[in-house]
Amino acid sequence: MAFNRRQFLKVAGLSTALGLGGKGAFELLWPGEVGATELATRPRALHGKRWGMVIDTRKFKKPEDFEVCTKACHQAHNVPYIKTKRIEIKWIWSAYFFQAFTDQENAYLGETNEGQVLLLCNHCDKPPCVRVCPTKATFQREDGIVFMDFHRCIGCRFCMAACPYGSRSFNFGDPRKLNDQAINPKFPSNGDFPTRTKGVVEKCNFCAERLAQGLLPACVEASRKHGSGGLYFGDLADPNSEVRRALRQHFTIRRKPSLGTHPSVFYIV
Amino acid sequence: MLETALKGSKKYWLWLGFLFGLHVIGVIIYFGWQWPKGLMITGLGRDTSWGFYIAQFTYLVGVAASGVMVVLPYYLHHYKKFGRITVLGEFLAISAVVMCLLFIVVDMGKPDRALNIILHPTPNSILFWDFVVLNGYLMINLVVGWAALSAERKGMPTPRWAKPIIYLSIPWAVSIHTVTAFLYCGLPGRHFWLTAILAPRFLASAFCAGPAILLLVAMIVRKVTKFDAGKEAIQTLGKIITYCIILNVFFLALEFFTAYYSNIPGHMQHLTYLFAGLTDHATGVWHGTYVPWMWASVILMLAAIVVLVPPKWRANEKVLAFGCILVVIGTWIDKGMGMIAGGFTPNPMHQVVEYIPTGKELMISLAVWATGFLILTILFKVATTVKEEVEA
Repeated sequence: MAFNRRQFLKVAGLSTALGLGGKGAFELLWPGEVGATELATRPRALHGKRWGMVIDTRKFKKPEDFEVCTKACHQAHNVPYIKTKRIEIKWIWSAYFFQAFTDQENAYLGETNEGQVLLLCNHCDKPPCVRVCPTKATFQREDGIVFMDFHRCIGCRFCMAACPYGSRSFNFGDPRKLNDQAINPKFPSNGDFPTRTKGVVEKCNFCAERLAQGLLPACVEASRKHGSGGLYFGDLADPNSEVRRALRQHFTIRRKPSLGTHPSVFYIV
Repeated sequence: MLETALKGSKKYWLWLGFLFGLHVIGVIIYFGWQWPKGLMITGLGRDTSWGFYIAQFTYLVGVAASGVMVVLPYYLHHYKKFGRITVLGEFLAISAVVMCLLFIVVDMGKPDRALNIILHPTPNSILFWDFVVLNGYLMINLVVGWAALSAERKGMPTPRWAKPIIYLSIPWAVSIHTVTAFLYCGLPGRHFWLTAILAPRFLASAFCAGPAILLLVAMIVRKVTKFDAGKEAIQTLGKIITYCIILNVFFLALEFFTAYYSNIPGHMQHLTYLFAGLTDHATGVWHGTYVPWMWASVILMLAAIVVLVPPKWRANEKVLAFGCILVVIGTWIDKGMGMIAGGFTPNPMHQVVEYIPTGKELMISLAVWATGFLILTILFKVATTVKEEVEA
């Protein structure tokens, strides 16, 4: 027996009124059904023990190579375009090499590398943001993704202070009001993904919602469609995954390794 | 006892009215602008995500903790000269903690979800522990201060059941400022705060600034009421302030040594930004809004040491009061302005993005201070009236 939304709400409402809570009520009335339905809806989901990404910086040559990635991500996740730079929201963006790799700064960098680097949440193995969150609104999933519950976040911004990569953004106002419709007219562009409320933090989620549908992250897909490529995504625990292959074939670096956060995003430079 | 706060002179009511007026202005700005629009009305942003509110919070945790500087000598060493001022110290701590909690609430993006801290307790978060120790400290001081004062009113010694709580309040006071320092000094990548001496530094600045405020308030109380904390109590407090301001400046100097002698860029750049300004590598633009303030802070603290160290000068109450004003302003700039903004600038990508608080942000902060002083005035009115009664 499968449930539609209406039936679910009926049973949930009735059982709550009777003092039975949530999934427990279903377990009591239709044992096994709910768990089975949950799994049954996601037959194509990608499963990984430790999701990771390898970014080949050499493949990012023109500004549009970055733009296709940021645009795809921000549209998939209803990230508003905010004119005031101070309070902008970004999940993925580009910066100079010496800004991304602050320990690698040297006087001669300008001669060899005028280039930019793609930046996003590192989905650290030992994430400081998860350590400091007072409500577990930011947590680490079993597959390694550092995930956020926008409905539990109290907006204390401790995670923003803790993140050594500047990967987190805060909704300083209502994103629906702050979005510049002239530049980003389609906002909110993805009806399947929630918009946020003012007062909560947000960041890249490694496209967990797309992985559940068997799709690669939006940025990876967009860069491949565009033809520039340069983004590899997969399970770091699987020796045959494309990320592991990329890591075997190239020498890679990570951002601020000395801090012990163990980022899951690697860079080929 | 609270009824004693309802009878007062015209000046008393005028002062309360003034503070209440500031409080109302803050409430209007908060609910008229910040609540509907969000924290965008402040100067905060993606790079400096904590600012003036959290800085005031940090400073006031220190003021609250400093109550221990009168409680400890009085209850642990039976230093009787502090008998009259101790309850003032406890009441100052109460109003300071209330201000701390208010500053946290106005800083939250979703204050309506504040109870999530209790609903989903997370012991690995220092914020959870800060919540626990601050509320605990508030309770301790309410119970102890009230018990001691009502016993005094009845001509009885402090009840015996209160003694263990009083002893507990001593390490607890140290804990509130230690935990507050841990909020900052355990964060990787924020090198300005990533220093084991942050908690001692916080305590040193707290133990000079808090007693300095207490001393100044005690002098005002002596002028406007018949209650006198006592010449010797004020002189002893002056000694405590002198030692602690020296310690505070010494600790600050240690930070400079470690940063600049090691020559590690991550450690130097925040101090450089605060005291000399910093040029953004990518844009080539120099930023240094805080430079004059930080130098003023150092000069004020050094001047305070010069004024307070010679015993003869310190014995002069006018000079002592002047020294205390220098201490309060100097440490306030250091902690209430530079400490938080300096930790966020430059940002993790070494970009220099300056934080400047907005007028609305400052008005809301002023209102929180006014609310705290409103509570302080009422509590001091109760305390001084009771003490006047007892002596009459």
